[in-house]
Amino acid sequence: MPKIEINRERCKGCGLCVLYCPKSCIKQGASVNGKGVFPVMFADKSKACTGCSFCAIICPDTCIEVYK
Amino acid sequence: MRKVFSKPNSMKDTVTHYCPGCGHGIVHRIICEVIDELGIREKVIGIAPVGCAVLAYDYWDFDVTEAAHGRVPAVATGIKRVNPENIVFGYQGDGDLAAIGTAETVHAANRGENITIIFVNNAVYGMTGGQMAPTTILNQKTSTTPLGRDRKTHGFPLKVCELLSVLPGVSYAERVSVHSPAHVLKAKKAIKKSFQNQIDGFDFSVVEVLSPCPTYLGMTPEKAVKWIDETMSKVYPLGRFKDRGKE
Repeated sequence: MPKIEINRERCKGCGLCVLYCPKSCIKQGASVNGKGVFPVMFADKSKACTGCSFCAIICPDTCIEVYK
Repeated sequence: MRKVFSKPNSMKDTVTHYCPGCGHGIVHRIICEVIDELGIREKVIGIAPVGCAVLAYDYWDFDVTEAAHGRVPAVATGIKRVNPENIVFGYQGDGDLAAIGTAETVHAANRGENITIIFVNNAVYGMTGGQMAPTTILNQKTSTTPLGRDRKTHGFPLKVCELLSVLPGVSYAERVSVHSPAHVLKAKKAIKKSFQNQIDGFDFSVVEVLSPCPTYLGMTPEKAVKWIDETMSKVYPLGRFKDRGKE
């Protein structure tokens, strides 16, 4: 099952991965990290992630790792 | 389960100082990916500009030096001529390349130096507080053009790729963007080609990258990438302006 891992502490919460995820598997998180921003979280309840890496390609802070 | 995407080896494992949604981080990463793929990490020398990317050497894990404001192509010329076996690339923003460094850029290009320049165009001055840049588009509001850039007072936006592509010393000029994953992949291809051109001994290669600056465009990161897609890329059309090969 493809999945992504998000580095919570490095994420700045810009939300570009949320915008470009074709399966809407990523959403803005509800708790703050050490920087005081809301990092995104992987919320793939319906197992829709295909491991396409769009989120990692657009991430300006290289905080996403993709596993397939 | 196999890892299919992670941080390139040439990139240091540090947090960048860039604002959320800034395109510099993407451009830094794709340069590192290209360097890893071409296997030139031990040979490459990067030159950081003055501007937001002034601390690029903190993020790149290969040799990087720093040039005075706008003088990246001049420093790159010197390094390349002394060490022709090294791969030398300059990384510049619009205030660096298109404002204070126009003379160095145009003359390095016209001399046909065997170097690569990555030009990050975000249509605004980032580091100094969002003032108008030479590449600010007409009617765009910045902190020094609060009513929008006016052609009679401020002139027209400077189209660097079009300008440089007419010079005989330029072998490759392409404009790409990093506002969507598909465009990031195209940008990576263009940057890889510009490095390959240098390895193959071609003349001056320049890749212009349209990059979002959400903070000083006064937009959310989402709106900033939409603005590049709908407005900025109409003024600065994407595409390859010159690819003349070796002479």
